[in-house]
Amino acid sequence: MITATINNIQVEVPEGTTILWAAKKANVNIPTLCFHPDLKPGGQCGVCVVEIEGIPGLSRSCVTPLGEGFRVRTHSPKVMNARKEIVEMILANHDTDCLTCIKNNSCELQGLAATLGISTVEYAKLAERLPIDRSSVSIVRDPNKCILCGRCIQVCSNVQTVNALAVNHRGYDTVIGTAFSAGLGNSVCINCGQCVVHCPVGALYENSSVEAVWQALHDPDKFVVVQEAPAVRAMLGEEFGMPPGSLVTGRMYAALRRLGFDAVLDTNFSADLTIMEEGTELVSRLKSGQKLPLITSCSPGWIKFMETFFHDMIPHMSTAKSPQQMFGALAKTYYAQAKGIAPEKIVSVSVMPCTAKKFECLRPEMKASGYQDVDYVLTTREIGRMIREAGLDLKELPEEEADDIMGEYTGAGTIFGATGGVMEAAIRSAYFLVTGRELENLDVQPVRGLKGIKEAEIDIDGTKVKVAVAHSGGQARALLQKVQQQMATEGKSEYQFIEVMACPGGCVGGGGQSWGSNMAKRARRGEALYEDDKARSHRRSHENRSVLAVYEQFLGKPNSERSHELLHTYYQKRSPVDGKVINE
Amino acid sequence: MSLVRNHVLLSIDAGTVMAGARAVEKALVEEIAKQGLTDEIAVLETGSVGTVGQGVVMVVYPEGVYYSNVTPEDVPELVEEHLLKGRPLKRLMLAETPKQAVITKEKAGLLKEQPRIVLRNCGVIDPEKIDEYIAEEGYMAIGNALTSMKPEDVLEEVKRSGLVGRGGASFPTAMKWEFARRAPGDIKYLICNADEGEPGTFKDRLILEGDPHKLIEGMLLAGYAVGASKGFVYIRGEYALSIERLEKAIAQARDYGLLGVNILESNFSFDIFVMKGAGAYVCGEETALIESLEGKRGHPRIKPPFPANAGLWGKPTVVNNVETLANVSEIIRNGADWFRGYGTEKCPGTKVYTIIGNVATPGLIEAEMGTTLRDIIYEYAGGIQGGKKFKGALIGGAAGAFLGPDMLDVQMDFVNLKEYAAVLGSGAILVMDEGADVVDLLQSVLHFFKHESCGHCAPCRLGTAQLVKLIDRIAVSKGSREDLNKLLRISDVMRDTSFCPLGQSPYLPISSSIKYFGDEIGARIR
Amino acid sequence: MYREAILKKFRPSLDNILYILHDLQDNNPQRYLGKDDIRVTAEYLNVPYSYVHSVASFYTMFSLEPRGSNIIRLCDSPPCHLMGSKSLLKYLKDALKVDIGGTTKDGKFTLELTSCLGACGVAPAMMINDEMVGNLTPERVDAILERRRKES
Repeated sequence: MITATINNIQVEVPEGTTILWAAKKANVNIPTLCFHPDLKPGGQCGVCVVEIEGIPGLSRSCVTPLGEGFRVRTHSPKVMNARKEIVEMILANHDTDCLTCIKNNSCELQGLAATLGISTVEYAKLAERLPIDRSSVSIVRDPNKCILCGRCIQVCSNVQTVNALAVNHRGYDTVIGTAFSAGLGNSVCINCGQCVVHCPVGALYENSSVEAVWQALHDPDKFVVVQEAPAVRAMLGEEFGMPPGSLVTGRMYAALRRLGFDAVLDTNFSADLTIMEEGTELVSRLKSGQKLPLITSCSPGWIKFMETFFHDMIPHMSTAKSPQQMFGALAKTYYAQAKGIAPEKIVSVSVMPCTAKKFECLRPEMKASGYQDVDYVLTTREIGRMIREAGLDLKELPEEEADDIMGEYTGAGTIFGATGGVMEAAIRSAYFLVTGRELENLDVQPVRGLKGIKEAEIDIDGTKVKVAVAHSGGQARALLQKVQQQMATEGKSEYQFIEVMACPGGCVGGGGQSWGSNMAKRARRGEALYEDDKARSHRRSHENRSVLAVYEQFLGKPNSERSHELLHTYYQKRSPVDGKVINE
Repeated sequence: MSLVRNHVLLSIDAGTVMAGARAVEKALVEEIAKQGLTDEIAVLETGSVGTVGQGVVMVVYPEGVYYSNVTPEDVPELVEEHLLKGRPLKRLMLAETPKQAVITKEKAGLLKEQPRIVLRNCGVIDPEKIDEYIAEEGYMAIGNALTSMKPEDVLEEVKRSGLVGRGGASFPTAMKWEFARRAPGDIKYLICNADEGEPGTFKDRLILEGDPHKLIEGMLLAGYAVGASKGFVYIRGEYALSIERLEKAIAQARDYGLLGVNILESNFSFDIFVMKGAGAYVCGEETALIESLEGKRGHPRIKPPFPANAGLWGKPTVVNNVETLANVSEIIRNGADWFRGYGTEKCPGTKVYTIIGNVATPGLIEAEMGTTLRDIIYEYAGGIQGGKKFKGALIGGAAGAFLGPDMLDVQMDFVNLKEYAAVLGSGAILVMDEGADVVDLLQSVLHFFKHESCGHCAPCRLGTAQLVKLIDRIAVSKGSREDLNKLLRISDVMRDTSFCPLGQSPYLPISSSIKYFGDEIGARIR
Repeated sequence: MYREAILKKFRPSLDNILYILHDLQDNNPQRYLGKDDIRVTAEYLNVPYSYVHSVASFYTMFSLEPRGSNIIRLCDSPPCHLMGSKSLLKYLKDALKVDIGGTTKDGKFTLELTSCLGACGVAPAMMINDEMVGNLTPERVDAILERRRKES
């Protein structure tokens, strides 16, 4: 243990604790800017400096461990002056059109300037306007707002191992961006949006569909259907000041209905459907022993990641589309037929915790219905904005139900939003598909939680099925490299089934989540989904009556020819230089 | 075997090569052959003889006559007059043999006055011939160390010598070695920092070009003391000749079994690898250098951990400057007491300087620690060019300090320069005559920092840009008193909050220029 | 194809990246690092494409834009500044009719500024490709440009 004083208050902390954390023990908040609790500190901004007696200059509290006997001052005149000067210089180099910035009122720089009491900026405005990168269908990057904190780089290269963004050039000319300024849309970017949720300012945000959706909603000739991803119900409340992990399913339906959506349906329904298709696929691969391990395909960030960096894994991928796209394919076929609506009149909107879904819905192969299956994808943040724009406060709305015939869901569908959830849902149904009996204990604990790579062995009537779950690009890369190695040396992998989600924590940690998120919030959202699961009357996908009805009335049975037409897809190799499809 | 009558030592360094030394050499060899003197006259290449800016320079022995600005067209006349007829060619002779010029054995009497530790062989031997280095007692120190000294003994001797780093921070060399030696782990590295980028500094270049084996021997001794088996020399990419010479020297040392496995049949194995930089001043900072060596952008690292504990590829690493390492073999060969006989009590040894700007004879000199600036300028560099008045000097390059006339008699060492001590390392002395424009020079200094900031931390990246904006305004007489205050204020904050020494540096040139030349700068304020 | 031969000279280890980039640039007819240079280096060293670009863009000796056959790098550090590099810069700009970073229409010269070349003893100095030239005056500059024009 280290004993020291911070502002004359004695603190005792374990060795290696940084001054920033130690100060919290003395109930002092040292202001920060580039620091993010989930990322390795890089010391870029210099805002968190403190004065340590006997050490010349000021020290960065985010990277300086508290030393024995240190006498630290966190708010001495010298420190406060230095902080102000630094933030003023940052502001002088920042596009400060705050009122029209997407981050207005959620901007960490704005907040910091207020905390430090900065009222004027005495420095000369330096920045020249740089072009905004709009090349990506998912993410917009505005270099004029960028303060070079390096968080996006950390998450893109170290956490996700995508490396679309990098620090380029140097000194005052330093910019964060893609190689040769090609733009995110012409890079290996997997659209996961982790850069967006880690950005402290308005330099990264989603390519918004809010305007287009308003137009559709206001168009009397259109029939606008909406689906909401599992994770959205566990995070939308945060947009309205509710604590992370508040489950707002019913209020969400109510809000969407009040926005004018003609049918409020649910992606959880098609999550259950996905399990029917993917579970059937798993069972048939287990039986044939071919193309194992089977790897899940729900996460569009992961799909592009795999297509770009793991070409040899394409045959192992489940051909089942993601729940969003299954929903989309059915909305303009099955639903249109059942409700007697012309499919060309249907506008299919999805609400997702995800930015990569915007890319997924525009993939040219996602037109199984003969139309673009999903027209617009809104992130949780965007729908939050729309609800606020409409003068609604989610907290005050009543709880309502989803509309039929694609709104019913089971506990298995809802846990798709947390890492390990797809795996768990699949196990519940696969057990039934193989044995004809129901799995007794539905809680597959080893695949839950935020551990990097999770493993479990499931006994299905004497057949041992080894499964693994990875969340984040980095963990996926590590797991798949292990699989590659096993296949190269032993001819097969120890795993039969693998779930991968591109984002840390799964969809509850997606690129469409509320600003200011962190792993602790992600964990609470995940727990909320497991509570939702527990509270459902049905917890297995094959018990979803609406899903059974689709098969009865429209698809036949899982993996049928029609299912394949509408609910399955294929994958293509992409270049690790520009992320474009390689035409062979 | 015939008796060689005259030795012509041709200075081959980057400066003379760019002045056409190769062409002169070719002409000289051809002309000597034409005159049938090949057996009598030996043409030898050597490193810098201490002069710069004098074109192609050569010395003819035994007379010890210096010729400068020699062109190929001069060669026939020179050969005929001096080498054939024995009449030195007056029109090409250096007016006065510079004091800092080569000290030959014939002139050994001058050693007391002109101590040469680091530059002992520079300009005397052919740097491309290991035998010449060996003939000057080269590799004797490592030979002694490996046969009769334990690594701890080498460390102890260097500790007793009081040698401190000559790169800038003036940290005790032996202490640095000791930290790394004691750090846990079997694999340790030694890095020689030859990324000499401080404007006005080129001493390391001339050491590398003039006596590369001395560096190799110094690295061997350091590696032995630290327990490292691999050494790297990180040389800036612009130093083509240094890289070529050092690589040649390393190959020769390997041939002689002085680098490689079980050197001189001891259990000590050590090898050296050359790494070429690509243009980044900040890589002179040791952790940025390590990053660059690992194949990354040259961003400084967060400290702790310090390189002595976790440096190159996470292993304990010592980073020493060229000049520092070039002292080591002399210390081991002659002993710490001998070394302490030079310089001052607190700062033993010598310092190598590059003296440039408005002086009569710009060049490279080695002087004892504690020599005054006045002596350096007037004794070694022939005073101010054109007999003008001394106005001031910028010591230590861009990261250095401006000194006014009242500093002429301050003894130059790490103790007496006090708050300016750090600037001594680079050894750059840029002399200004009465006509020099301080604002102009400060402007150039601040532009330099903006250009060389790595961009990682906000105080430096944005601060250097703001400083440039302000000085540009002041330079065209559009600045205000407030702008001048801002220069100080920003650079002060940068000094306290920048991530690495680069951003901490602008304060010194700004504050010292205002201190000594405040009136001149003030006159530019609108 | 020449790129493969260059790569093969070096172990595929990250610490060789600067050597590889130097070599690729020296052999590129337009004396810069183009997309193909960056791509082959990334593939050879098994690092991301963006990484190689990021590293290359950090060091001033590398260019990511095509350049002329003669690259003039005029030193503008304080010693050269004191000795008159400012007026030489203007002279070079006028003589070549380019701005800093620009390439002449005939593709023969690119004008760049550089930090200290360590040739302060002969300030003002510049590098033209691998050749160092010092004690520059407008007349010397003219002579050098003329010679280079004839050579290329």
